[in-house]
Amino acid sequence: MIVLEHVQKHFGAFQALFDINLSVRAGEKIVLCGPSGSGKSTLIRCINYLEQSEGRIIVGNVELSAGSKAVNAVRSDIGMVFQQFNLFPHLTVLQNCTLAPRRTRRLSKADAEAKARELLARVKIFDQADKYPAQLSGGQQQRVAIARALCLEPKVMLFDEPTSALDPEMVKEVLDTMVSLAEDGMTMICVTHEMGFARRIADRVIFMAQGRIVEEGPPAEFFGNPKHERTRKFLGEILPSSGTPIVPPTTPLK
Amino acid sequence: MGTGEYLFLFRGLQWTLALSAVAFACGALSGLPIALARTSPWPVLQRLTAGYIALFQGTPLLMQLFVTYYGLALLGLSLDAWVAVAIGFTLHASAYLGEIWRGAIEAVPSGQSEAAKALNLGYASRMVDVVLPQALRISLPATIGFLVQLIKGTSLAAFVGFTELARSGSQLSNQIFKPLLVFGIVGALYFAICWPLSLYGARLERRLAGTAR
Repeated sequence: MIVLEHVQKHFGAFQALFDINLSVRAGEKIVLCGPSGSGKSTLIRCINYLEQSEGRIIVGNVELSAGSKAVNAVRSDIGMVFQQFNLFPHLTVLQNCTLAPRRTRRLSKADAEAKARELLARVKIFDQADKYPAQLSGGQQQRVAIARALCLEPKVMLFDEPTSALDPEMVKEVLDTMVSLAEDGMTMICVTHEMGFARRIADRVIFMAQGRIVEEGPPAEFFGNPKHERTRKFLGEILPSSGTPIVPPTTPLK
Repeated sequence: MGTGEYLFLFRGLQWTLALSAVAFACGALSGLPIALARTSPWPVLQRLTAGYIALFQGTPLLMQLFVTYYGLALLGLSLDAWVAVAIGFTLHASAYLGEIWRGAIEAVPSGQSEAAKALNLGYASRMVDVVLPQALRISLPATIGFLVQLIKGTSLAAFVGFTELARSGSQLSNQIFKPLLVFGIVGALYFAICWPLSLYGARLERRLAGTAR
């Protein structure tokens, strides 16, 4: 589904990514973690061309290149959710969700709204379609952002620290939404420090540091027996205390 | 001063309002592309428009009017004073509005464009649907402030022989020899137009500051 070969990223003289090689199968769920500044956000932003990188990135059967045709083809397959939600504040929840389908898919207003209401219900946003983003809580805004991305029927969803800007009591509702998305078979790449979530849904956890992939593996192996010193140190810092089992913060879904 | 004199001043006021409206409307129409070019990813467009803005911000309005008024005539375009003056003010307004709106476009958080790009919206939709509506809101107080400047600035058109409110005032005072009275009334008329606009701009600014988080 997604293949990255020798991807590098420079910001001026600073190199943010070094020789990243990664391949993601359809339906696979990847959790990217690592200390801040390790390049994990930069990496997923390269995948939908919010950042230009060197090396090859192939999404579906399209190779990303500078031409707008390739960029559009790749972006139409990828939905993205941001740390700061980035809902459009001057549009209602419903308009946020229908804008892109109407512009890029040429859907009629009625079709786009029907689709949007269906997806808003799926992320459990009821009766708020006509509100403006500022009238919603952070958790609700982020769920609207997820619904907005889903309205374009993406094949892959990228999550860039989706719960980092949320108050603790709202983290769960967003993670629950992401879990249900994962259970429906969506291909997902999530930058997150929610290790309970990683344990529960990830097929692979990837640990990055200083622009490089240091270690990757299935969650049981990654958390149970991390190979690299750098990974152990990171896990020691972010997990409650070693030895304590991590309880997934999410409740089982029906 | 009798009714005839007042009517004379009001005719001048009409021309002031007409000139302001035309300059603002045409200035806005050409200022928007300037703001878009200034914030575009293409260095050539950025530099060209930056130069244009610098030229008009760095020279006196009166000089700009002289140059358009006499310059267009020298080029063989024998234009009505009204048209020449309107062109001069339009160029002036387009540069200032272009700069005001550039700032407003850049004040819209970059996450907004990024989200629009991630949703695969093209440049036109990103601007029209996402960035410009927010930029317009941000720019409203400054835009209204510039409109007030522009209305008062139209008095400079008197120097090239265009009979707007200020020139009507000086013609009238030359006839009835009551400069203080006449210019007092002229000033009051300008004030009556500009002050409510300023108040409105200040109110908008407070309201925007209130809703911004």
